[in-house]
Amino acid sequence: MITILQSQLLPPPPIKLRHSSLLFSPSQHSRPNLKFTSKSSPSPPTITMASIKVHGVPMSTATMRVLAALYEKDLEFELIPVDMRAGAHKQEPFLSLNPFGQIPALQDGDLTLFESRAITEYIADEYSEKGEKLMCPGCNKVKALTKVWLNVEGQQFDPIASKIAFERIFKGMFGMTTDPAAVQELEGKLVRVLDIYEARLSKSEFLACDCFTLADLHHLPVIHYLMGTDSKALFESRPKVCEWVKKITARPAWAKVVDLQKQ
Amino acid sequence: MAGIKVFGHPASTATRRVLIALHEKELDFELVHIDLKDGEHKKEPFLSRNPFGKIPAFEDGGFKLFESRAITQYIAHEYADKGNQLLSPGSKNMAILAMGMEIEAHEFDSVASKLGWEQIFKNFFGLTTDQAVVKEEEVKLGKVLDNYEARLGESKYLACDHFTLVDLHHIPVIQYLLGTPTKKLFDERPHVSAWVADITSRPSSQKVLL
Repeated sequence: MITILQSQLLPPPPIKLRHSSLLFSPSQHSRPNLKFTSKSSPSPPTITMASIKVHGVPMSTATMRVLAALYEKDLEFELIPVDMRAGAHKQEPFLSLNPFGQIPALQDGDLTLFESRAITEYIADEYSEKGEKLMCPGCNKVKALTKVWLNVEGQQFDPIASKIAFERIFKGMFGMTTDPAAVQELEGKLVRVLDIYEARLSKSEFLACDCFTLADLHHLPVIHYLMGTDSKALFESRPKVCEWVKKITARPAWAKVVDLQKQ
Repeated sequence: MAGIKVFGHPASTATRRVLIALHEKELDFELVHIDLKDGEHKKEPFLSRNPFGKIPAFEDGGFKLFESRAITQYIAHEYADKGNQLLSPGSKNMAILAMGMEIEAHEFDSVASKLGWEQIFKNFFGLTTDQAVVKEEEVKLGKVLDNYEARLGESKYLACDHFTLVDLHHIPVIQYLLGTPTKKLFDERPHVSAWVADITSRPSSQKVLL
């Protein structure tokens, strides 16, 4: 099951499969580990010794968050699929990587991390000299502003937006029906957040400062899903927000993440 | 007089998170009371400090922030040389801290603050506790605390062997839950229980209690 689903359903329901290009194939568990280097085109993958391993699936928003950061940094990594349908994320050996039983987990040498937003921060910090700078350059005060908007995404935007994605998209994948009343209520809350973003983006090119940072990147996976639904109107009807969505989703690193879903 | 100002309420868990960090760093500050009953946090001039209309907001000599966990991190970095160490040096250690802070924010706080809301704050507003919700949330909290129990069996504090922001962020909500039947979930896990006793008995934790 996808990470969004985790937070909504305890315990996971029996899964009724719908034929959908978004679902992974039954041979998932026997697929070899996929090694990616962002320097090559998406296929065929080159065989390299990657010290960075990501355990997750390309459909998962939290996994996508981490993959986006890795591509922005031009880092080589290995994506190790986790068979969610078989409940692999709730069993050993995955639980040794993340006892909370949620994807993704990341290994870099002997360091193991989970929580996508901690992983991206580590990537930005540890590999600060490589690829794109994902934190506002400067002193503690400037870095703190990035932290404000990182927290805004995590605490104000994501709890609402990911529930909308769950209602509109993921419920359908598991044979459940969208609750239109819930969507309406959630959208009522999201517009208040997006009004604040509109005001912020009138003063700043990106959320935290005038360069693209993790604060913007963290939004990509859920926005990507919502832009494929009627909820896209909420983003498109606000000019600064609309422009910002176009900018961040047009980044080449993000295109590579989206490409992985097609493989 | 410039200097540090916190705009919030002394009973608010998010405000306390910031106040505890300031006490840990032995920093002088002014707590500016925001009248929540009057909706002051949903109006100007407060909205200029935090457009999301939530306390606390923070100012350090004209530099303004909101989101309690961003504020505590700023305090820990900017005043790294003062008071108690709240961080852990090196990018790998900081990654472990970042992970611990995310767990607190996403796994622990969402459940624990619902329990605080149901059992304490609802009563302030004349509403009744929904015991079904309490039961359901306690099951979730139990699972999180099982993970903490395992972690604290290997490490004195959540991120490493000294007290950091990761432990600090938990204190305000735990302080409230210790005054409710939910306390038993902490008591019945020995490592968690010892950790709770440790972090809530710190002088800075005591200072924020009314």
